[in-house]
Amino acid sequence: MSGQSGTAGGLANRPVLLAIIGLLGFIGIWEGVTRLGLMSPIFLPPPSSLPQAFWREVTSGIWLDRIGQSLDHYLMGLVLGSVLGIGLGIVTGMSRTVEGLTAWVIRVLRPIPGLAWVPFAILWFQISPAAATFIVGVGVFWINYYATLAAVQGVESDLIELAESFGYRSRLVKLVKVVLPASTPGILAGVRTGLGQAWMSVVAAELFGVAGLGQRMNEAATLLASDIVVVYMLTMALLYGLVDALFVLLRNWLLRWRP
Amino acid sequence: MAPVIDISDLSIVLGGNTILQDFTLKVEKGEFVAVVGASGVGKSTLLRIIAGLIPAAKGRAEVKTEPAADRRPYAMVFQDARLLPWRRVLRNVEFGAEGLKIGRTERRERAEQALTLVGLGEHAGRYPHQLSGGQRQRVAIARALAVAPEILLMDEPFGALDAITRAGLQDELVRLWRETGKTIIFVTHDIDEAVYLADRVVLLGGKPGRIQSEHRVQTPRPRPRDHVEAQSLASDIRDNLLNAVSDGGGI
Repeated sequence: MSGQSGTAGGLANRPVLLAIIGLLGFIGIWEGVTRLGLMSPIFLPPPSSLPQAFWREVTSGIWLDRIGQSLDHYLMGLVLGSVLGIGLGIVTGMSRTVEGLTAWVIRVLRPIPGLAWVPFAILWFQISPAAATFIVGVGVFWINYYATLAAVQGVESDLIELAESFGYRSRLVKLVKVVLPASTPGILAGVRTGLGQAWMSVVAAELFGVAGLGQRMNEAATLLASDIVVVYMLTMALLYGLVDALFVLLRNWLLRWRP
Repeated sequence: MAPVIDISDLSIVLGGNTILQDFTLKVEKGEFVAVVGASGVGKSTLLRIIAGLIPAAKGRAEVKTEPAADRRPYAMVFQDARLLPWRRVLRNVEFGAEGLKIGRTERRERAEQALTLVGLGEHAGRYPHQLSGGQRQRVAIARALAVAPEILLMDEPFGALDAITRAGLQDELVRLWRETGKTIIFVTHDIDEAVYLADRVVLLGGKPGRIQSEHRVQTPRPRPRDHVEAQSLASDIRDNLLNAVSDGGGI
């Protein structure tokens, strides 16, 4: 095989080059579609128009403002949702009583999509950063709750028995010495899923008017400034990529004991 | 001399099944006792009773050691090493000792000593996944030793190891036992191992489990591996085990 298709094999082994070719091809087709008049630039802004749109947003100060506001909703919602989700997940995972008490409450609340909380978010917090934080937090909460619950319940009973054989009988001691470190990989996987989910919620939560990236996108769309919409789409992609990359660094450091 | 482990008329019921019934066993301080028997006869359960991990339905199982805050009366070694993968080797050895009323420095010293005793001093900074199966089991033994127990409860500790590693660890265990004078209860399904290691071999059999027979191993130490008397003793025990299995109806 490799002897036959030497050139293709050579290219297939150069992932970076392939990725660049793919990306350039994608941008080229995108640009071509509008240049050839197949689609109006209003419906699909050509990539070449984006730097200018981006520069306008930056110089007017709007870009940085909106990023700051969205990051605020994002981080607050993320922290609140994760802390509460992980906390309840641990308690539920360690106590049969709490698991039984919460079983049906959770079964009822769980299927409600995060966005269905928008009316209540507005009733409780009006159109405010708190409302956006709430929407983001609800989505993140469930992800972390379930990831943590599964991780805690999945801790090997052998390790618990080991702790007990050394006289560690209290739940708190078992939690600190065994359960929490053993379930850290699962908990962190939940947090990471939450990082992505929270970005989606941020945009959705801001569409109803709380100032931020989503609200600016909505505003630009009604003015048919689709180039600005794309600028913010890419901004979000970049921010998510950055946050995720930083988180992976943190996770790898926390889990440095793994093979 | 009063026994250090005193079990009398003990019955254990787990999930509706009587595992052990009217069970009596006394172990002297410093004695090396091996417990053998078919699978499911209650060998591991016996250790867990002594360790207080499961309650007795009837009777008593007493560990008679001097109470002290800086040591535990017993420590367990399991078949799988059960190291905590997120702790480095030295911190794994400290795991049990963290519950004792001793200072950080003494704890560390004890852990280092125990690790040296099992010949892994230079591996203190490694993670468990960087060790071989035999090394992991040594760390588990060091972790048990670090709580300065009077009694070691060992549940088929070498059962998952290859023959050469196992032979090496058996010899090390005997050396450790002679150096430290600890009391050891060693559960195994390997009769040759039991006869090679122990002063006394207790054969469990039947359902519910009881003592089928008890055998003193007279072979002087250090023991050769091909001692004729020991081999004939092992074959006696094997016969008893087979009888017990055919009486008790299954393995």
